Amino acid sequence: MNNLMIIGQYVPSNSIIHRLDPRTKMVIIFLFIFSVFLANNLWSYVTLVAFAFLSIGLSRVPTRFIVKGLTPVWFLIVFTFILHLIVTKEGTVLFEWKFIEIYSGALVQGVKISMRFFLLILVTSLLTLTTTPIEITDAIEYLLAPLKKVRFPVHELALMMSISLRFIPTLMQETDKISKAQAARGVDFKTGKLTDRVKAIVPLLVPLFVSAFKRAEELAMAMEARGYRGDEGRSKLRALQVSMRDYVAYTIFIIMVVLLFVTRSYT
Amino acid sequence: MDITFTDVGYIYQMNSPFEHTALQALSFHVPAGTFLGVVGHTGSGKSTMIQLLNGLLRPTSGEVQIGDFHLSKTEKPEDFRALRSQVGVVFQYPEHQLFAETVAKDIAFGPENFGVDKVEIERRVERATAAVGLSPELLERSPFELSGGQMRRVAIAGVLATKPKLLVLDEPTAGLDPRGQQEMMDMFYQLHQEEGLTTVFVTHNMDDAVKYADHLLILNDGQKYMEGKPEEVLIEKDKLAQVQLDVPEMVDFLDAFEQTFKTSIPFHKQSAHELAKEIKAVVKGVGQDE
Repeated sequence: MNNLMIIGQYVPSNSIIHRLDPRTKMVIIFLFIFSVFLANNLWSYVTLVAFAFLSIGLSRVPTRFIVKGLTPVWFLIVFTFILHLIVTKEGTVLFEWKFIEIYSGALVQGVKISMRFFLLILVTSLLTLTTTPIEITDAIEYLLAPLKKVRFPVHELALMMSISLRFIPTLMQETDKISKAQAARGVDFKTGKLTDRVKAIVPLLVPLFVSAFKRAEELAMAMEARGYRGDEGRSKLRALQVSMRDYVAYTIFIIMVVLLFVTRSYT
Repeated sequence: MDITFTDVGYIYQMNSPFEHTALQALSFHVPAGTFLGVVGHTGSGKSTMIQLLNGLLRPTSGEVQIGDFHLSKTEKPEDFRALRSQVGVVFQYPEHQLFAETVAKDIAFGPENFGVDKVEIERRVERATAAVGLSPELLERSPFELSGGQMRRVAIAGVLATKPKLLVLDEPTAGLDPRGQQEMMDMFYQLHQEEGLTTVFVTHNMDDAVKYADHLLILNDGQKYMEGKPEEVLIEKDKLAQVQLDVPEMVDFLDAFEQTFKTSIPFHKQSAHELAKEIKAVVKGVGQDE
């Protein structure tokens, strides 16, 4: 019963962040990623963190989901921190033990870099937590639209993305079903020698691929039967709409950037 | 194999926000050799029950006893393989589990896993192929070249080749043409009698249930709704209607007959032929009265 797992960890809610136009969210997050690298002192970091936490607060996503989203990267954050601590040799020596020397500059540098990591991951995971995969693909299609001029298949790319996202749960159910059917025929996926377990994957993968191809063929047929012919003259069921909320969001973001520049030169 | 469920419950993803109760306080007992029909709607807990029968799932409460194997939350059989070699499960759309290069290899896959020796496997493949009505020429073909109906037969042969004592059938005829459905059910029934199997047959086709089952279990919402002999259970039209189940056509007909002719003929799993004779007797009787 893995089908209840949330893809991309979307947490349904009706908060103001959820209701923002997905394009707005993507543009702001894209620009935020750049602005993270502008920060150079304590107050500029405070500005960034305040903005990030304001967004999280408004999104009303439970903290445990955010923490869960960060678990795979904690290691990376801690690792960069330690690396900077050991390698950087600036400022005064704070601590000395055998051949390890820790400088004050290293501490500052380590905190800065891991702070950047933390902010980047926090804000990007907020995007997937508050935006459905379909909204994200719609936004990507819209934002990449200028590339159509150079014959880049934007619509096809977006369609491929939404189809693959749509079929993840289906394939997971299928995997569950087939592995159970094979377990009933005596396959043991969980115990035994490694070589045996690798061999046990074949009876799982072959039927999975067969059914995936069959499904793809059926889907293509169904789309054609309903007159699908690509991007030509295609209208949208869920048209993206920019509303007052989005202007407010942009305004808040611009204020933050201005603050960032002010605090940046404030040394 | 005897099947005994004692107060069995199953909860998916316990202690998570997605917790979902699939079975609740299910108790029943059927002796070896029974053809048990299990009827219920989608989401009534049928599939969960099937997976409890061969240890794919273990109950989260209560106890399951299959022959000599005992399953509960804390106890599991030492050897799942032994349990699974005795319980053959034909899942819904079993043709989705085919994977080998040839039909023969796919049918032999189960017995190979259960450590049956080569000579015996060959014999079993031959017998299973004959039992499901596949021609031996197909044995060296790829299963993916076959028609849907043939693939289904190959998959079923693959389960039969493990020589189960308990055969579990989950809607084995779904998606077949009417003729194929009839043939397949007759084949299962014949096997059931010849080999002295215990059979668990899951369906929502009431006509099939009444035709083959000698004990019926009706599930609703993860709980036992009704249990008993088909001829007793299936005449309770109102009670079945409450859980969106229809009575078999035969019961419907007898009802209509009674309303039109003001004479009732009891339902006892009679065939169309038998019924015709009974009607003849009744009609003649009516004629004599006048």
